[in-house]
This record gives sequence, structure tokens and C-alpha cells, in this order.
Amino acid sequence: MKRIAQIENQFVRDLPEFSSGDTVVVHYKIKEGDKERIQVFKGTVISRRGSGTGKSFTVRKISSGIGVERVFPLFSPNIDKIERITMGRVRRAKLYYLRGLTGKSARIKTKLTEKTDKKKTKKTKEAKPAPAPKAEAKTEE
Amino acid sequence: MNTLIGKKLGMTRIFAEDGTAVPVTVIEAGPCPVVAVRTKEKHGYNAFQIGYGDRRVDLFTKPEVGHFKTAGVKPTRYLREVRVPDVGEVKVGHTFKVDLFNEGEKVDVTGTSRGLGFAGVMKRHGFSGGQKTHGQSDRMRAPGSIGQASYPSRVFKGHRMAGRMGGDTVTVLALQVVKVIPEENLILVKGGVPGKANSLLKIKKSARK
Repeated sequence: MKRIAQIENQFVRDLPEFSSGDTVVVHYKIKEGDKERIQVFKGTVISRRGSGTGKSFTVRKISSGIGVERVFPLFSPNIDKIERITMGRVRRAKLYYLRGLTGKSARIKTKLTEKTDKKKTKKTKEAKPAPAPKAEAKTEE
Repeated sequence: MNTLIGKKLGMTRIFAEDGTAVPVTVIEAGPCPVVAVRTKEKHGYNAFQIGYGDRRVDLFTKPEVGHFKTAGVKPTRYLREVRVPDVGEVKVGHTFKVDLFNEGEKVDVTGTSRGLGFAGVMKRHGFSGGQKTHGQSDRMRAPGSIGQASYPSRVFKGHRMAGRMGGDTVTVLALQVVKVIPEENLILVKGGVPGKANSLLKIKKSARK
């Protein structure tokens, strides 16, 4: 297993921490012929799954009234960067229940109301400035 | 020389340059020292006896130790003969390594499939089973009719029925070599190969192109 992990480690990148319930912006590279452009997908992370290089996450958003979900391989080289906008306060790892909800009930509380200062500082520090440059530096290569 | 023996380490996925995920099996292939050479003149056929794998030295029998000693090769767990059209200049003691294979090449991989025990016809032969509804009972995974009536009054030989499944020698043809890592004796092929992790495999340059 160790030797497989070694191979996988070549593909493991430093990405900002995020988990289910967070609102993220995924910058995804799309190739059209010779041209490459970056598509931005903003939504709520409703699941993270897998292990090793097979890790993936699902982002759900409501696009003009229709729920759209997209599954990204976490370590795909096509992911330019991931930004975490807000941290969500959720009580389970898979938020599939959101699929059945619309409007007000489909909202997720953000962690801004967290009592402990520790978490608050962590949030403000990590959510925006720290992860972004990290992701950029890695993908510039 | 076109064959190595090795060990399946497991599967993972890697990303190609264009970002597509490629499912790969990680195989440790070789190093395989030549322990004996069979020649047409002496033995009636051309082949190399190659070894693979480590094993505690004290577990070898004396004849085995002697065999490896004559060859001047460190004893290996496995010994296999590989037929070649011509032995060429290769001598006993030469070691074949994974650099035999190149990226992009096709290989055939032979191994022993996983033993699945006593399996029914649906799993073993892909039968459809019976109906769930319309007054059926106990028919969902049943094989159905196994023959005719008073003539021939018997079941034909070779009729597919339930039984032991797996544990067979299986060859998967024309798997693409995605990557070769010579320093680690590793080879990454696209797709799955028979058997569980740590099972013995034979990797051969593919006859198919």
C-alpha cells in the first residue's frame, strides 16, 4: 500500500481545506480545441468522498431555478484553484437532503456565529487569504 | 526476451496530462535473474528459467539452494520458464528488469483470478435468473431448464451449472503500459488484472498491437 501511496502522492496537491456545507468557488480549466479557458462554478459542497487520488467532491448550486450538481476529482490537474467563501455549519457529511429542499429551507447556516474565538480566527484567516495563494502557486507550474 | 514475472500491488488512478483520470494497476515486475538457460541443442527448446521474489533463505531446501548456487544467483521465491525464439548472448546470472517494457506499449498479463467459492449460475455464467413476480417462488436466481425430456434422458456434458468459480488462470490481453518506474521496478498498466493484491503475475509483451 505504501508504494501505491507513493505513486499517488505525485498527484496530491495542496488545496485549501473545505468540507461539506462550505460554499466554494471552483476554477476549472476547460479545453476547447487549442484554447483553454477557466470556468467558475460556485456552490455548496454537499459531499466529499474517496481516498488517495480518487478523492472527489460534489458541488451543488441553483442555476436559474434548476439544481445543478457537479462532481470534481479533487486532485484533477484541471482544477485551477478552489476558494472557500463561507464555512457551513452542518451536522452530517453528506448533504443529499438539500436535493429535496428549495428556497429558504435549503440554506445552510454559516459558521460566523461560532462562539469560540479560536475557530473564528481560523475561519477568517483560512477562508480567504491563506488558501488562495497556495492554490495559485501550485497550479501555475 | 519479452516476459517478466511480478506481483500485483493494487490499483489506483492517475491523471494524464490533459486531466483525464486513468485507472491503473500497479505491478512490481522483476527484477528477474536468469537462473538457467535452456537451449535447442541441449534441451530441445530455447528458454530462460527466471526467478522472482524474496524468501527467507533458511526456507529453501538443499536442492534449491544448490540450484541457485550453481547459477550464482540469490535464491528467489518463484522460478518460471519463459520460452524464447533464441537465447542469444544472455548468460545465467543476467537480470531482466522492468525496462524491458516501454510506455505506450501493450502487454498481456496472466494471473490467477480471485476464488469466489461455490457460485450460482447468475454470478458464474451470467444467467438472467427467473421472474420476481407472476406467481413465482424460489425462482429468482434459478438456472431454469437444464435439458430436454425422455430423449435424451440425461443432461449433456459441459452444461453450465453452479459450482466453484474463480481461481482460474486468466490472461488479460493488450493492456496499455501507462508508466514504467525502473528505480522501483514498477509498471503501471491501464485497467485491471486478475487476482488479488500480492498475487503472482506474468507480464508479456502483447501479441496484439
